[in-house]
Amino acid sequence: MASSRQIELAREAGKRIHHFHGGLRLRHNKKISCLDPVERPPLPEVLVVPLLQHAGDIADPLVHAGDTVLKGQPIGQCQPCAAIHSPVSGLVEAIEDRPMSHPSGQKGPCVVIRPNGKEQWIELKPLSNWLDANPDSLITQIQSCGLAGLGGAVFPTHTKMRDGRDRETHTLILNGVECEPYISCDEMLMREQPDKIILGARVLRRVLGAEHVIIAIEDQMGSVQRSLTGSAEFAESENISVVKVPKIYPEGGERQLVQVLTGLEVPAGGRPSDLGLICQNVATAAAVAEAVTEGKPLIERYITVTGNGISHPRNYLALFGTPVSHLVDCCGGYTGDVARLVVGGPMMGYPLESDKAPVVKASNCLLALSHQDIAEPQPEMPCIRCGECARVCPAMLLPQQLHLQIRNELWKPVEEYGLSECIECGCCDFVCPSHIPLVDWFRYGKGELRKQALESEAVELARKRFEDREARLLRIKQERAQKMAHRKQMLKGKTAQQERIQASIKRAENRSRSMPEEQSSGERDDT
Amino acid sequence: MISILILSALGLVFGLGLGWAALRFHIDSDPVVERIDALLPQTQCGQCGYPGCRPYAEAISVEEADINQCPPGGEAGIRALADLLGREPKPLNPENGEETPKTVVLIDESRCIGCTLCIQACPVDAIVGAAKLMHTVIKSECTGCNLCLPPCPVDCIDIVEVETHKPRWRRPRPQAVPLRVL
Amino acid sequence: MTRSFQTGGAPHMPPQTTVAKVMLQVLLALIPGVLAYVWFFGPGILVQITLATIFALLFESLMLRWRRRPLKPFINDYSAVVTAVLFALCIPPLAPWWISCIAMLFAIVFAKHLYGGLGQNVFNPAMVAYVVVLISFPQAMTSWLPPVALAEHSLGLADTLVTIFTGRVPVPGGWDAVTQATPLDTLKTGVDAGRMVPEIRNSPLFGDFGGKGWEWIANWFALGGFFLLYKRVISWQVPAAVIGTVLLISLPFWLLDPDSNPFPLQHVFSGAIVLAAFFIATDPVSGCVSDRGRLIFGAGVGIITLLIRRWGGYPDGVAFAVLLMNMAAPLIDRYTRPRIYGE
Repeated sequence: MASSRQIELAREAGKRIHHFHGGLRLRHNKKISCLDPVERPPLPEVLVVPLLQHAGDIADPLVHAGDTVLKGQPIGQCQPCAAIHSPVSGLVEAIEDRPMSHPSGQKGPCVVIRPNGKEQWIELKPLSNWLDANPDSLITQIQSCGLAGLGGAVFPTHTKMRDGRDRETHTLILNGVECEPYISCDEMLMREQPDKIILGARVLRRVLGAEHVIIAIEDQMGSVQRSLTGSAEFAESENISVVKVPKIYPEGGERQLVQVLTGLEVPAGGRPSDLGLICQNVATAAAVAEAVTEGKPLIERYITVTGNGISHPRNYLALFGTPVSHLVDCCGGYTGDVARLVVGGPMMGYPLESDKAPVVKASNCLLALSHQDIAEPQPEMPCIRCGECARVCPAMLLPQQLHLQIRNELWKPVEEYGLSECIECGCCDFVCPSHIPLVDWFRYGKGELRKQALESEAVELARKRFEDREARLLRIKQERAQKMAHRKQMLKGKTAQQERIQASIKRAENRSRSMPEEQSSGERDDT
Repeated sequence: MISILILSALGLVFGLGLGWAALRFHIDSDPVVERIDALLPQTQCGQCGYPGCRPYAEAISVEEADINQCPPGGEAGIRALADLLGREPKPLNPENGEETPKTVVLIDESRCIGCTLCIQACPVDAIVGAAKLMHTVIKSECTGCNLCLPPCPVDCIDIVEVETHKPRWRRPRPQAVPLRVL
Repeated sequence: MTRSFQTGGAPHMPPQTTVAKVMLQVLLALIPGVLAYVWFFGPGILVQITLATIFALLFESLMLRWRRRPLKPFINDYSAVVTAVLFALCIPPLAPWWISCIAMLFAIVFAKHLYGGLGQNVFNPAMVAYVVVLISFPQAMTSWLPPVALAEHSLGLADTLVTIFTGRVPVPGGWDAVTQATPLDTLKTGVDAGRMVPEIRNSPLFGDFGGKGWEWIANWFALGGFFLLYKRVISWQVPAAVIGTVLLISLPFWLLDPDSNPFPLQHVFSGAIVLAAFFIATDPVSGCVSDRGRLIFGAGVGIITLLIRRWGGYPDGVAFAVLLMNMAAPLIDRYTRPRIYGE
């Protein structure tokens, strides 16, 4: 899909900084959560681990209620998705439907574990020397440790790595650009554990067979750059560079980051691997380092707990399955003014109905917003076609046209105008003077398009089966008719044969009748 | 006199131009029956009054049938046909049936007698079985046309609604914050 | 202890702006021009603005009631006020009160609500109103005032009110004593009569660029326009295209025949070109969506205005030009769809 010229240009990634269209400059609000060093919160009483934490199907449980599990023991598996491991050692109380921290707000199957406080690990199996190991065994190790993209999309890492390996990747981009306001977990990780990140980068580079690694960070992250470049691992590595990119939302989006680093656009409908690039979040890289060198499965992550509704905002290293209310309590509880709880950032996060919901692989931030922070439900005015949405759209779409088309269910123009390229960043929503919920409309539209695609596939299949059936019935009919004709032929043939036999019998009879007459005439001549 | 000549000449030039454009910019498109058939849901149920989707498409193309006779296609189907043919969309003709949510059929295996009458009736070969052997419906192939129900002598076929799977959850259509009418 | 919360859609941030804010910024940007107008031509324009606003809001309320829509959000979005003010700036300051009434009827009822209300009008409502009254009541619409500095009798506020509401001018000599043709009108009739442009421009009615007074008003409107550009309420494509096209097309004509064609900048600073470039043609609802489309739209407005000015029957063709381009806007949109990321 991408031309070889584009791939050549992509090799120059990081040498110059380009710009992407649109975007917003937002207030960061990150400092308040970066003041304390990150630590693990005390163990909660009960952990609720959902069996759907990644992009894909729900995992099948490997344990039953009443089992004792060890820390890091696999409790859910799903081919080809990311496995799920127990975050603590303890007793499985139940496997039942609970709130899952999914954007739908639906409940789903979760493994409920009561920790016994002993924190006993299973036997960890690190790869002895990853420098010599076969890249395929590295990928298998990554898969068995349940790694998924920790930037928020939770795409299974092993699948991405396999795709990158198959496609001649030359550059690995580590995404440390946390462009959404309030979220600071990646920043804290880069400040505190730069060695792990760089080690993970080297492992991933080995897996992909790539040459360069670029770690992209925002341009105001001075301490992060110092921390990364000053780490021991960095000093020992080659071809790893730290690149600063401008602080514009949504700089951290994969497509926008590729455009800024290379000046090229990912082909429509394609992936960065088309250009020979693979993007991973820095937290995923750190998790890869742990998985390969220590054998540790993915059971915890950095999460920012912040917002005007939290008394003492900070970052935690939380186990998956920790109820969000436990983290809030550890942060000093809510302030008096909390109005909404959001998982993720203020632009793309989804709201939680209750704080019973657990921390999952996709939870990078828990945001408690006060009444002033959130938009009061404004009356939705008609679109005045001001064009601000198109001005800020990083995917260069026309949100006002898309919105009108989806509203009126004109699906063909919706596809033509590129709805599938929308990254749901929320920039258009933010600037709209009429307060139209544009991103909600686009998500609905995408769902409808997907449904229609599935339906038209089913219709095509039904048509094909019907036509095949008609053809088969016709063929059977024709065969039958042929057989009849053949039999008639045979019958005719038999009749003809019989007639010939009859004729020769008659001839024989005639002959025998004429012969006795000759004999009798011969006798009379003798007297 | 001169104006007449000039106008005639202009007419001739533009006429030739249009003719050339018609040839140069000609697009090969499917005959309209194919395009109508592509919009129909292919359930082959016969509710439109024709023995299948293709005969119905042919009837629409010669304007023997109206576009609002297909219940499985529903309102979206009528609108798509109206867009294609440049006709006015109409509500679904109630004589042909009602628009119902997608269903499939389920054979109750305890009552099935293995007569193969339903297998012969199914237009998409979605029922698997043989004489005196168990019959079963392949759920993913069933289009919900319900043509197998009448022939069954023991009435062992039930209609069930199709459920949506959780991972395939789709976001609902946004509800606007309602403006209060003063 | 667990808590439950209300949910809501993303983004979870306070809104940046509202429709009312956008409209108020437009009104703010019009203030310098209006003040200049009052300075040069007296208080009549303020009366017209007030009348037009009152009638516009009245018709808007009636239509919203009739269409069973809520009144508060739509009245408070000031869109009707913007339409009224823009219309009032196009008509003579002494126009009778019923002109505003009929005009606002057409603008709000026909051009706006019968097309679907806010955000749905195909044509610019202010221009529809202007064109309707211009064609229907030519005499009332051509009773323009000379600048105060040049007038023999200038009317104060009380006299203006009397004129507007009763139709009689309380000055000896009546209408003929106070009205005078606009500079553009003078130019057109002069050129048609065979006189040469530089000679016509010697009259005290003309300033350095456009008409005396009119050019300053245009300047102040331009200032307001730059304010809107800075605040990102409008985008630069339409004003640049309108003014650029006018300059570009009138340049060769002036070079070839300076006696019957005015200097390009004179074109720009006379009539309503500057007002149209920054305020009228930039109406987002009836204009184009994409940047390239806006350039074409603005160019079209410029070209058609010049055509009407030079060869048409009216001295200033901006309103007709805007309406004609409104008609073409959907087609332009169709063919100027911008490239999407990755295409």
